[in-house]
Amino acid sequence: MVDTATRGALDATRAKDRSASPRRSRRERVRRKADQPWWFALPALAVFGAFFLLPNLLNFVYPFTDWSAFHPQIGFVGLSNFETILNDGSMARDIRITLEYAVLVAVFQNGFGLGLALLLERDTRFNRFFRAVFFLPVLISALAVGYIFRALLAQDGALNSVLSALSGHQLDTPWLGSTTWTLVVVTLVHGWKWMGLAMLIYLAGLKSMPGDVLEAARIDGAGAWRTFWSIRFPLLAPAVTFNVTTALIGSMNTFDIVQATTGGGPGSETEVFNIYMFRIFGQGLYAQASAMSLVLFLVVVVLAVPVIVGLRRRENNQ
Amino acid sequence: MTATTVFAPARRRAPRLLQPAAVLLIAAVTIGIPLWLVAVTSVKPQAEAIKPNLSLPHRVQAAENYQQTFDQGKVVQGFVNSLLVVVPSVVLVLLLGAGAAWVFARRKGRLTGTLYALSISGLLLPPAVITIVMELRQLGLAGTQLGMIAVYTGMYLSTSIFFMTGFIRNLPEELEEAARMDGAGPARVFFQVILPLLRPVIATATIMVMLFAWSDIFYAFFVLGGGEKATLPLNLYQVASAQLYLNNWHLIFAYVVMMSLPMVAVFVIAQRRIVAGITSGAVK
Repeated sequence: MVDTATRGALDATRAKDRSASPRRSRRERVRRKADQPWWFALPALAVFGAFFLLPNLLNFVYPFTDWSAFHPQIGFVGLSNFETILNDGSMARDIRITLEYAVLVAVFQNGFGLGLALLLERDTRFNRFFRAVFFLPVLISALAVGYIFRALLAQDGALNSVLSALSGHQLDTPWLGSTTWTLVVVTLVHGWKWMGLAMLIYLAGLKSMPGDVLEAARIDGAGAWRTFWSIRFPLLAPAVTFNVTTALIGSMNTFDIVQATTGGGPGSETEVFNIYMFRIFGQGLYAQASAMSLVLFLVVVVLAVPVIVGLRRRENNQ
Repeated sequence: MTATTVFAPARRRAPRLLQPAAVLLIAAVTIGIPLWLVAVTSVKPQAEAIKPNLSLPHRVQAAENYQQTFDQGKVVQGFVNSLLVVVPSVVLVLLLGAGAAWVFARRKGRLTGTLYALSISGLLLPPAVITIVMELRQLGLAGTQLGMIAVYTGMYLSTSIFFMTGFIRNLPEELEEAARMDGAGPARVFFQVILPLLRPVIATATIMVMLFAWSDIFYAFFVLGGGEKATLPLNLYQVASAQLYLNNWHLIFAYVVMMSLPMVAVFVIAQRRIVAGITSGAVK
């Protein structure tokens, strides 16, 4: 049944293709029905449907129930879970913090990555070695990275003792204890962890630049600065799109680094969505955690879609 | 590659020594210091490690620290548990993803388009981790490795389908055509023509999934919890949570070293392929 439906649509698009694209009509031929049978896609669709899409659909149901660890029955309670997270301020706070986190990570990860890519652009043995060195943090688990920086940035930790020795007087900056700046510090750590991956992708983008365009710019007398901003940076658009999108989306799902460095503190000022869900789920308030999970879902949909569409459009305009 | 080498000398005559100096300085500060802190703290006795700093240990007790963490942290068990969930997940993500990608890349029409869009929605959408737990409980898969594999597979299928569909679209159809002319059925075309051609993109997908799944604790915590089936990162979390209030940084960092070494070893051995895999997948 499915197959006949697609055949119809398929023939229609083929007819259109034949007139539109000569390249495609060249390989036009009689296609047997079972060249690529649907059952090749079925296992993937089944697993994806059952363990990704279905939970996301259920996520539109359970937030409206009283599902918790404290009683066996589950009943509908309307909007009370949303009222709770709205009234205790956690929803607004977590939305704000997660968005700040995502934007800062996108800035740092891409800034560091692009900087390193430009610094290590030439293909020398020296540069290849240091590309690998800067890739090391990507290989260390995010949780471990969090603990490393917790030790480094503690009030009596390594950074303060180095700075004290350099400045000559005792410093005890609470790097992870400021309600304002700790979020920035944690996002710097997050950017540090992933800068190696962004660097590799920018390097690939830089390598695929057409040589004649750069040559023309040089002949026209453009300096390195001018060449970068007028030609090379715009040509990096696909790499920027990829890196910014993955950084934004990846960091909205962040957990490990925040949990290991601050655990959401001080005073909940680094509490991103996943930290909240982890905490509330641990208290047995499953439906309330699910409500916050739905809010995360909606925030991602509302924000990520325009970002991707916008970046794609910028790419196509080049 | 030619672009940069042709262009470089004219632009970079002046800062010939500046670049290596800058690279060395940045690497020393941003990578050297954190890694030195880990290495040096992991061999210190507890009294010296309470306040983690960069100074050399007065007394080295590497064997003792590593032995203690190795026993307490159940490193071998965690390693085996990690392998037991990550390897099947990667294989399933690749195999199922390739099958679906082949259909999505070659078939046309609205249904194909819709299903493709749906299948790659996981690139964007966050997994609904709370209701995953609910579903797994009802299926009897909560706390099992099978449940964890199913969740990881569902989470990363979108990535592999996305990369592989793009890749197959750029493969000439004539290769499959020729095999079909020789009388090969779809299964043979898929396993003998398509899968071998997918090798570069399989490398990309494997690396991406490994990077995330091997170090994941968030989803593992919800699905597996602690206990017998805990993966390496979950064990680190438990070791660290137990030791942090004692400020036993030497044990935490010994664990970090042991846990990170397999990934670093894999990278050193397969560095070229990994770098090529990551970059070829991302920027087309």
